Amino acid sequence: MKLRPILAIALRQFYLMRGSPARILPMFAWVAIDIVLWGFITRYLNSVGTGGMDFVPRLLGAVLFWDFFTRVMQGVTMAFFEDVWSRNFLNLFATPLSTAEYVSGLVLTSVCTSLLGLTAMLLLATTIFDLQFVALGVWLIPYLLVLFLFGIALGIIATGTVLRLGPASEWLVWPIPALLAPFAGVFYPLSTLPTWMQAVSAALPPSYVFEGMRALLAGGPHDARPLLYGGAIAILQVLLASWGFRRIYRHAVRTGLLARYSAESTS
Amino acid sequence: MSAALQVDALCKQYAGVRAVADVSFHVAHGEIVGLLGPNGAGKTTTLNMILGLLAPDSGSVAIEGLDIDTQRRAALARTNFAAVYATLPGNLTVQENLRVFGLVYGVRRLRHRIEELLEQFDLIRFRDTRCGVLSSGEQSRVSIAKALLNHPSLLLLDEPTASLDPSAAQAVRATIRDIARRERCGILWTSHNMYEVEAVCDRVLFLSRGRILLEGDPRQLPAQHGAANLEDLFIRIAREPLGLTEVTP
Repeated sequence: MKLRPILAIALRQFYLMRGSPARILPMFAWVAIDIVLWGFITRYLNSVGTGGMDFVPRLLGAVLFWDFFTRVMQGVTMAFFEDVWSRNFLNLFATPLSTAEYVSGLVLTSVCTSLLGLTAMLLLATTIFDLQFVALGVWLIPYLLVLFLFGIALGIIATGTVLRLGPASEWLVWPIPALLAPFAGVFYPLSTLPTWMQAVSAALPPSYVFEGMRALLAGGPHDARPLLYGGAIAILQVLLASWGFRRIYRHAVRTGLLARYSAESTS
Repeated sequence: MSAALQVDALCKQYAGVRAVADVSFHVAHGEIVGLLGPNGAGKTTTLNMILGLLAPDSGSVAIEGLDIDTQRRAALARTNFAAVYATLPGNLTVQENLRVFGLVYGVRRLRHRIEELLEQFDLIRFRDTRCGVLSSGEQSRVSIAKALLNHPSLLLLDEPTASLDPSAAQAVRATIRDIARRERCGILWTSHNMYEVEAVCDRVLFLSRGRILLEGDPRQLPAQHGAANLEDLFIRIAREPLGLTEVTP
């Protein structure tokens, strides 16, 4: 892999954002709306709750984490969709650019955009709603890392799906985070779920993050092993997703799908 | 020295239909070869296989001796293309597009190279204009500028002057002829403008139903086959590909 082609893919996204406030605003607007909405809900729950439980870190922290994961995934898919919408595949893939460099460029873009979103969320949640992330201590970093890796894996799977099924399948990508949220136990312990849903949860790295976070905030002992397990699954998923994307790309080259993609994206 | 492009026994079939059947040809350094044929003859399929966008069922493509299948990166680093159906992203400016693709191709002294091309194709005043708002002729010039970014050894041009007015088309033809001569760049050129083909190409290949039917000097082929001119020959091949007759001078 070479660095310059990877930077080129990220630079293209930077140019797009620089010239378009409509692309920059959603990076902050949706997360801000989520934080404000859930911030007030947690305040209300704190005021009516009788058990003395602080909902701010449990609910608002969970929302922040989930939004971060969603931003990471969408950072990859949005950068890919820009190439779909501008019918840029022929120009890109007729160059020395490898699929690994292309995907790395999408991931680099996602790192930058999701960090901006995370900064905005942290600022809002800590300044307005007094969310104390220091309560999570050093665990905050591995939590974010696992969510980041899972977001990247899902982003790559989503781009591969659209490459394989065509531009119209874009609509399949957007609801993915909402479909996964019930299984990931974002707002409730996994023990709440029926057994079959818990089996699905076991394959989702975020479920280990949210379980760990709740245990930590409850003041109990924190076992690092489930989180390590979740991290290992996430790494495996990134590798499998990258392998899958490469296979789909090869299929697209063999069948002529890639060459026809520009024409189909206009339909 | 290897040819700029060597294509051997290339075949591609879609859903039982032969798009390209046993096509072999070469393009020498400094040579401009016209790839002609009616719509659906297999020209674009052939170009896509040369660019590695489409895998052939059988046969091989080598760019300066580098196999497109096994040495893709090195082969494509020496290649570039411009096609009417592959315009650059309209939401980036001319300069931004050239910079992004310059980085992808690993162009050295990129800033200097971009300035050269902006001047060469009269694009300086459009430097900060988004490609999407340029006229089709201006977009064609940007595409050709992109195609020359990496000083390619092989240049594929799919109807490069289709959207240009006669004056701009003549200027582009002169520039490309000059590049072929000066930089020893092999060029594969498709066009439906037979006047242009006669003026530019050293050699032409007539493709019909996925096969090469004729090959030769565009200025001599019509007489050799009893046609009044290249356009007449093209029409005959398009309508009756099996009815060609060779006229002995």
